[in-house]
Amino acid sequence: MNSAGKIIEVKDMVKKFGQFVANDHLTFDVYRGEIFGFLGANGAGKTTAIKILCGLSLPTSGEIKVAGYDVYTGREQIKTRIGYMSQKFSLYEDLTVKENIRYYAGIYGLPRREINIKTKTLLERLNICNIANTLVREIPLGWKQKLAFSVAVFHDPELVFLDEPTGGVDPIARRQFWELIYEATGHGITVFVTTHYMDEAEYCHRVSIMSEGKISALDTPENLKKQYHANDINEVFVKIARNN
Amino acid sequence: MNNLAGFIKKEFIHILRDPRTLIILFGLPVVQILIFGFVIRNEIQDVKIAILDYSKDDVTREITNKILSSGFFVLSENLTENNDIEEIFREGKIREVVIFESQFARKLEREGKASVQVLADASDPNSASLVVNYTRGIIFDYLKKASKEAAQPLKINAEVRMMYNPGLKSAFMFVPGTMALILMLVSAMMTSISIAREKETGTMEVLLVSPLRPIHIIVGKVTPYILLSCINAVVIIALGYFVFGLPVKGSLVLLLAETVLFISLALSLGILISTMASNQQVAMFLSVFVLMLPTILLSGFIFPIENMPKILQWVTFIVPPRYFIEILRSIMLKGTGFFNIWQQTTVLIGMTLFFIILSAVKFKTRLE
Amino acid sequence: MISISNISKTFGQIAALSNITLEIPAKQIFGFIGPDGAGKTTLFRLITTLMVPDSGAILVNGFDTVKEYRRIRMFTGYMPGRFSLYMDLTVEENLNFYATIFGTTLEKNYHLIKSVYSHIEPFRKRLAGKLSGGMKQKLALSCALIHNPEILVLDEPTTGVDAVSRKEFWELLHELKQKGMTIVVSTPYMDEAAKCDTIALVHKGRLLETDKPGKITGSFKEHLFAVSGENQFRLINDLRNYQPGVSAYLFGQAIHLSFNTKPDINHLKMHLAKSGHGDVKVEPIMPSVEDCFISSMTSSGNH
Repeated sequence: MNSAGKIIEVKDMVKKFGQFVANDHLTFDVYRGEIFGFLGANGAGKTTAIKILCGLSLPTSGEIKVAGYDVYTGREQIKTRIGYMSQKFSLYEDLTVKENIRYYAGIYGLPRREINIKTKTLLERLNICNIANTLVREIPLGWKQKLAFSVAVFHDPELVFLDEPTGGVDPIARRQFWELIYEATGHGITVFVTTHYMDEAEYCHRVSIMSEGKISALDTPENLKKQYHANDINEVFVKIARNN
Repeated sequence: MNNLAGFIKKEFIHILRDPRTLIILFGLPVVQILIFGFVIRNEIQDVKIAILDYSKDDVTREITNKILSSGFFVLSENLTENNDIEEIFREGKIREVVIFESQFARKLEREGKASVQVLADASDPNSASLVVNYTRGIIFDYLKKASKEAAQPLKINAEVRMMYNPGLKSAFMFVPGTMALILMLVSAMMTSISIAREKETGTMEVLLVSPLRPIHIIVGKVTPYILLSCINAVVIIALGYFVFGLPVKGSLVLLLAETVLFISLALSLGILISTMASNQQVAMFLSVFVLMLPTILLSGFIFPIENMPKILQWVTFIVPPRYFIEILRSIMLKGTGFFNIWQQTTVLIGMTLFFIILSAVKFKTRLE
Repeated sequence: MISISNISKTFGQIAALSNITLEIPAKQIFGFIGPDGAGKTTLFRLITTLMVPDSGAILVNGFDTVKEYRRIRMFTGYMPGRFSLYMDLTVEENLNFYATIFGTTLEKNYHLIKSVYSHIEPFRKRLAGKLSGGMKQKLALSCALIHNPEILVLDEPTTGVDAVSRKEFWELLHELKQKGMTIVVSTPYMDEAAKCDTIALVHKGRLLETDKPGKITGSFKEHLFAVSGENQFRLINDLRNYQPGVSAYLFGQAIHLSFNTKPDINHLKMHLAKSGHGDVKVEPIMPSVEDCFISSMTSSGNH
């Protein structure tokens, strides 16, 4: 994995809002092809960090490179190389499934022919050809979520950010979603994911746990459990938070 | 009773802590009155006038010079005959004619008084009254100086006539109209939005499952706005009086009583809207289309009702501000008493009761 | 005690709840477990008298939710899914407000909420909108407790809240239970089921199962194994193709594999070895509530 190099390089990243330090000297790397779990309590500074990595806001200081581009100067290049899926799924409820796919493909400037072919394969792969012309509002949550993910990676980004992608869906849909993520990493995409379901942390290759603006732990789930003498990541998480 | 007091206190905190609400509540009325006022009061400059001088003596010439050198007026024509006036006004070339009677200086000297007639094109009533006031100001300014030089006090009788719109019907319209608009806005829109906000954030769920009765919620929501609306009404009347010299000729008590009636009407409309709106956006949308637009367009505030097509005239009968504006004008401008406006008042009372009952019926003790 | 009999509720075409019947015993923590759209919120709104069922009846401590809703509102505390706080009021002002609408004061009932409120009391002058998720949750709970309710209804109190705050929150609920309160709670997190005395698994408006968590996991009929290996994604696909009647789902660090009939594990291991999975561990395990949920979902043909 290391041979493929780093896709995110963060060194001493600081973000302040007035007196408040949201990110306090974060340093970490994400390698190409891995599933990187980004955990932390509410208000620990996760969202702030993701916004910076996506090129949506500038850090106060630090050296940060995403997909080889500097976040200070290469924000536009970064945006074409990443995908983003939020908790709210960012699908248009009053557009059909197909219209949503074509709309997002259009944003990234894919040629029309390619959009047509890729839309068709996507609908077939997700097995949702029968609802292609249904309004997104009317499809079940689990499907919406898969669709949102597929749309986020439609333009074949090198890296995709998933911000609490599985909130509220049923246990089967949640697992199907993770299989979708695995499948995507099989194609070489890097996944950067946040979640409140601690069992999902186990699916990640490496996990970082943030608290109060700092990264308190970063390692593979196996090593974290050993290090903190815990049975699962949930225990690790609670122990770290209690220590602070 | 205690829980009601707590509710009202909470509402006040909401209002006082939200800068946007405060601006709408207190900034908007002042700004609106001033804007409407100054749109009407725009500076006059180079207004074209004509002079009809039957006297042609030193005094009339000096007054004419003073008028023309003031910077406000430009001489367009010297007339010789009364008959020309109609025509020159109709052509729209000038906005004012100043007519000096014959033997002006002699009359002034011998009898101590003379007459000057000021005619203005009042089809634009607001600027007409301005133009006339400026002219009169210049004439009286001359008179003051002349009186000092002469041994006796002099008097010039400046007779003003407005052409085309003799009663200057909409000169002071903006104050009653703005008052209706602002009270509608503050009372109806703000209440409906503040109730809709509780639905949106989910706090309404908890209020509903509490022992609070709907009437408590309604009264609690409405009380702060009654108070604030009354303050607003007083501010508007005061601004009209002190800034624009609009008098309240009739009874102030009657005026305030009618205002409270209208506020109650607007509040009951606000509650009615909130029973139909599930979020702030819908409440806002309904308020603007159901309340604001009719108040601006169909109440006689800006566009005279008598000039509207027949169908719209009929529509105005169900627009509450129409009655309120009529009441305000009667009391403020004409100084009439209650017996002249009892009909409008009755309609407003009827409407208020109707909306209160309707919103009480529609205000649910449950979700859905 | 809350008895729910034959409750149905539809919104337009969608059946939010279909024919639900169950009893919620007093002085227990009763959990409704299920994903979004299961009908948990609708059921809670019916219990708290906020909605009227299409058919069926609910009795809360013997009072009917439709006819005697005022009585029920006196002794029920409710915390809706979205924390029902006034974000422009401070912590203290929120509490005072909820106290007054229930005709009491913060001072009088301070002892009732002390265990919860003490966590956020240092921030009592802070606006509710500026609190973290966990603190908002505790404030909302304090507000729901301020009038000393007999029954506490909490709709997804732990959703979107981090693992630590969730743990603390459950500890608080247990303290309240000790004081004799009946607590009805819903959650989408299956691992929280174990914290409840009785649970009801709900999905798409239907009741899958109701029982003590231990009884539910105890009645799991399939043969369950945890399988772990190098490449989980490839492993899960190969497991699914192993033989008909198996189901395989990701469960954290392992794959949970279940069989309708008792399997030959050695045969399975050989099969996997043939497919190129080197170091594969297969161990029989006890089912979790989540396993039961998935199994009920699939057997009811509901997904």
